[in-house]
Amino acid sequence: MSDTKRTSGAGPATACLSIRQLVGYYGQSLVLRGIDLVVNRGEIVCLLGRNGAGKTTTLRAIVGLLSRCEGSIEINGQQSTQWQPEAIAKLGVAYCPEERGIFASLSTEENLLLPPVLRSGGLSLDEIYELFPNLAQRLSSQGTKLSGGEQQMLAMARILRTGANLLLLDECTEGLAPVIVAKIRQTIRLLKERGFTVLMVEQNFRFASRVADRFYVIEEGLVIDQFHRDDIAENRTRIEEMLGL
Amino acid sequence: MSSLLEISISSFLGQLMIGLINGSFYALMSLGLSIIFGLLHVVNFAHGALFMLGAFVAWGLLEYAGIGYWPALLIAPLIVAGIGLLIERLLLRRLYGLDQVYSLLLTFGLAMLIEGVFRLKFGASGQPYPSPIKAGLELEMAFIPGYRIWVIVASLAICLTIWFVIERTKLGSYLRAANENAPLVRTFGINVPRILMLTYGLGVGLAGLSGVMAAPIYQVNPLMGNSMIVVVFAVVVIGGMGSLIGSIIAGFGLGVLEGLTKLFLPEAAGIVIFIAMIVVLAFRPFGLFGQDPR
Repeated sequence: MSDTKRTSGAGPATACLSIRQLVGYYGQSLVLRGIDLVVNRGEIVCLLGRNGAGKTTTLRAIVGLLSRCEGSIEINGQQSTQWQPEAIAKLGVAYCPEERGIFASLSTEENLLLPPVLRSGGLSLDEIYELFPNLAQRLSSQGTKLSGGEQQMLAMARILRTGANLLLLDECTEGLAPVIVAKIRQTIRLLKERGFTVLMVEQNFRFASRVADRFYVIEEGLVIDQFHRDDIAENRTRIEEMLGL
Repeated sequence: MSSLLEISISSFLGQLMIGLINGSFYALMSLGLSIIFGLLHVVNFAHGALFMLGAFVAWGLLEYAGIGYWPALLIAPLIVAGIGLLIERLLLRRLYGLDQVYSLLLTFGLAMLIEGVFRLKFGASGQPYPSPIKAGLELEMAFIPGYRIWVIVASLAICLTIWFVIERTKLGSYLRAANENAPLVRTFGINVPRILMLTYGLGVGLAGLSGVMAAPIYQVNPLMGNSMIVVVFAVVVIGGMGSLIGSIIAGFGLGVLEGLTKLFLPEAAGIVIFIAMIVVLAFRPFGLFGQDPR
């Protein structure tokens, strides 16, 4: 099913993220066994796969949170394997974790303003408040007092200011009401229009198939398949089988 | 009758003053310990030794270089903070991934080492340090030395400034966030390892500052931190490990409690803080202002 011509046609010049033979460990156990993937500038790419396949670990490796990994990670043309997380951030990558990581000891506004602006090209505060009007009304609330949907928006909003052009979104629709999921879908589409590149991990295939351009299927720490959104219709049964849906 | 009342009021004021003075040091010391524990999760047993070091640096500056109290108030804490930065960078940093017992043992060993060296050089007797403020407040019933008023006011001002910086400023939001989830804060491009190093420097710098302020009140001697640190750990436990406001309130409150106990039940003065600690641990194991970790 892999359409090599369409998926890997972009050369390194337009690749925003390029990972080759990424091997990663949690403690002693081997979790990533040689991941290869490319995310081109302006693309929305989704990692699919069952629980424990290594999707989140891949995102954590990209931002430097995996203490042991080998192979090659290139972000915006810069080799970043073995770098410290604070140095990797300056290459223009930002991470929104699955558990959202809203700080309880910080107000909503402090949470939003916590990540420093590292590069130009981020959204302004006014644009963010326009995009997420709920947040603007709850600036002085304790971050963790917000609803689940508001916390998810806060977790996304705070990385849009920083000037990062590559956003890593881990399970950003998990446990949220359909109306919030629709809002997040709309947000991701807007981000694409604004030229952001997104690598997302998603269990909700229905959601992912409506926002992502390209998909990688990960199983036991390896990429076992990749396909374009246009390929979904004719291969639906096979994809669903692969994902255990 | 009136003279009896006068005596008791003046001794009450006297003990209250002593309580506030001790409380000033308890608050400054436990605040430093709390900041360090909150962010680095290090139980800094070297805190008392660095308090002593602050006092000795001030004494040494006067003795060997003729540099007086007011410049020493700035120089000595900076020197102690600098030593703290080295301790963090060269030693503590290697232990962050391990159980807290390791850093506790390391700082305990450092305390014994530092105090041992000073005992070897200066013996157990104290060195006098002249008070920089000779004037005082002449009340009807008592004379309050100006230096003691300065210590109380300065300590309160420093405590409140640090509380404000940590709870209300951008820099403080980095510290609070790093306290909750340091790896995520690093992915935002914030250099958390450097923040940890500076935090340790700030915490022990406060101990050094306390030492300079203590020099004119207590004698400067190698074991002055040793007797202080035990009480200060009880204060931190009562206030709540990692709670800044808890450290400040418990510091001053327990100083006053200890002072007044000396008036009403002198035999109990030495143990009242530990009794308070046992009671607090029994009913609120995470301290008066601490967060329930569960």
